[in-house]
Amino acid sequence: MTERKASTAEIIRASLKRRYRAERRFRLYGIAAVSFGLLAVLLLLTDIIGKGHGAFRQTYVQLRVHYDPDVLGIASATDPAALALGDYEAVVRQALHQRFGAPVERAERRELSALISNAAGYELQDRLRANPALLGASETLWLLADDDIDAWFKSRGGGAEFTSRMSERKLAWVDSLLEKGEIALRFNLDFFTRGDSREPEQAGIGGAVKGSLLTLAITLLLSFPIGVAAAIYLEEFAPQNRWTDFIEVNINNLAAVPSVIFGLLGLAVFINFFHMPRSAPVLGGVVLALVTLPTVIISSRAAIKSVPPSIREAALGVGASRMQVVLGHVLPLAMPGMLTGAILGMARALGETAPLLMIGMVAFIVDIPHGFTDPATVLPVQIFLWADSPERAFVEKTSGAIMVLLAFLTLMNALAVVLRKRLERRW
Amino acid sequence: MTTAALDSASAAAAPGRHRVTELSELLTQRTTGKPFVDAAKMRTRNVNVYYGEKQAIFDVGLDIGRNQVIAMIGPSGCGKSTFLRALNRMNDTVVGCRVTGEFLLDDEDIYAPKMDPVALRARVGMVFQKPNPFPKSIYDNVAYGAKLHGLASRRIELDEVVEGSLRKAGLWEEVKDRLVQPGTGLSGGQQQRLCIARAIAINPEVILMDEPCSALDPIATARVEELIAELAENYTIAIVTHSMQQAARVSHRTAYFHLGKLIEVNDTQMVFTSPQHELTEAYITGRFG
Repeated sequence: MTERKASTAEIIRASLKRRYRAERRFRLYGIAAVSFGLLAVLLLLTDIIGKGHGAFRQTYVQLRVHYDPDVLGIASATDPAALALGDYEAVVRQALHQRFGAPVERAERRELSALISNAAGYELQDRLRANPALLGASETLWLLADDDIDAWFKSRGGGAEFTSRMSERKLAWVDSLLEKGEIALRFNLDFFTRGDSREPEQAGIGGAVKGSLLTLAITLLLSFPIGVAAAIYLEEFAPQNRWTDFIEVNINNLAAVPSVIFGLLGLAVFINFFHMPRSAPVLGGVVLALVTLPTVIISSRAAIKSVPPSIREAALGVGASRMQVVLGHVLPLAMPGMLTGAILGMARALGETAPLLMIGMVAFIVDIPHGFTDPATVLPVQIFLWADSPERAFVEKTSGAIMVLLAFLTLMNALAVVLRKRLERRW
Repeated sequence: MTTAALDSASAAAAPGRHRVTELSELLTQRTTGKPFVDAAKMRTRNVNVYYGEKQAIFDVGLDIGRNQVIAMIGPSGCGKSTFLRALNRMNDTVVGCRVTGEFLLDDEDIYAPKMDPVALRARVGMVFQKPNPFPKSIYDNVAYGAKLHGLASRRIELDEVVEGSLRKAGLWEEVKDRLVQPGTGLSGGQQQRLCIARAIAINPEVILMDEPCSALDPIATARVEELIAELAENYTIAIVTHSMQQAARVSHRTAYFHLGKLIEVNDTQMVFTSPQHELTEAYITGRFG
């Protein structure tokens, strides 16, 4: 019998080879899948950082400006009304004429003025208001260059030099600035503090970041307490019947509903029926709270479920009421999981665009919002707006804003991980 | 071999099992022995417990004597734990569980509408199979119940309760220097004694123990058994156990459950030396279980 048939050991040995081969193959598939994912992320990051790093530095031109009372049309620098009416752009023009010689033709005059951003006038006004003694004096300043100059300066030396909006004259002027070191890239703080602008060199994400923070504050304030309360009721108090099953199914379905639907709901109910302010963080926050609520409820319920029943029994066994069991034992143990869920929900809310388009947060808003009812936009919508703009310089602004958004998302996810690790208790 | 042949073979190999099936009609009889005592702490009559459609306890009547330890033994699934949990209404929290019958604690009906289960559980404490200290400090574990019921509010009173309970539980000397450390950091046996300290901190009248030693090693088990014997001087204790030796060592009376029915109740010595019922005898001599 043993001679005709292969022994068990031999059969196993023969099949072992095949099994090991299958295992190796399976591992390779896994490594390939992970590599593909990493490659995609790497490509995305390289592209965004490659395009976006320029947004954090802006081209400035050094000029000597003379605050001439006659040119400005201001007699006294202490009179706020007069200060506001001064012709600061004329001062900039005069400084340019002094530097490059007075232009002869109209076209030349226009091109010369177009070297410097019109934000320079506002800067002079701010400086004069801060220091009235400057009236009649001169100072050397780094002034914000126009976006065409900025785009050319940043693309200089690269493969695709951006010269389509640079005339011969402009190039000659810029070359002379370059020779004397009077044109340079400097850190662009304005990118973080300013609101949106039609002029790319003046556009910043300050307004959008503030809008996002205000919106998220409302979202967190609404979705966390409501979500946790709903989760506690459903897990600890609600009877198990058809009605609660129905609610559970609906919550799970809502988590999968496309967020744009919630935007339409916001439009129909909150704007048209409740007359909430359009484009305002308070409205965006309410809509995003609806978007994140199912996620928060589901993760909170999972966190409550993971609290071992033995803890509940222990508390009940010494005569705690159900409320005391929940508040004293279940909630503290479930809190890390709930917070993690809430933060991940907030991260999702931070990245939401579609529902906010529906409720008017896509408007072009220059002013930085100061309250929950001021018109505002949010980071992802700002990215959407800039990606749509034709000016070349908005390309880097778009990528720069994406970098900031990704940084916020990474930060929130890291916070979730840290909170989970710190608050997690073993039992 | 055919299935029929297999059946007859295993029946021949295990005659005990064969006899048990023959004896099944005996289950319909009344409980053998002395289920009722004078001046009992708790009295139960005609107890039936259902989990949904399934009935887990059939018409059980049993008295739990004052300052006595009663052990409940029986094979897995015989309903001894279910019966124990009915004694302080822990089954209320189980979805679909229904309890009928009469339960008296000092002549008070514990399933009466006016009886608050929270108040009841303060009088009838419980120790569970798996040590389940709260993820809090040792001190807070013991002080929890006292704080909860307002038995002690000032720090000094609480300290007294904690020390007294830990001393009664035989744990004080081991933990007095680390009361602020988490209770979950103790060894299994210490954790179980901590749970006992937590239960006695609110001075219950009855302590229910659901296989308190099944997760412990023999040394820790011996400590807990000693503790049970000490506690029996002041408390009424009902203990469910899988270990017949344990029942023999710690209890005054022993109740034998089988398939949801109370088969025999007697003084422990009587049960283990001369069981009256054939099922009891079969179980304690190890023919099944």
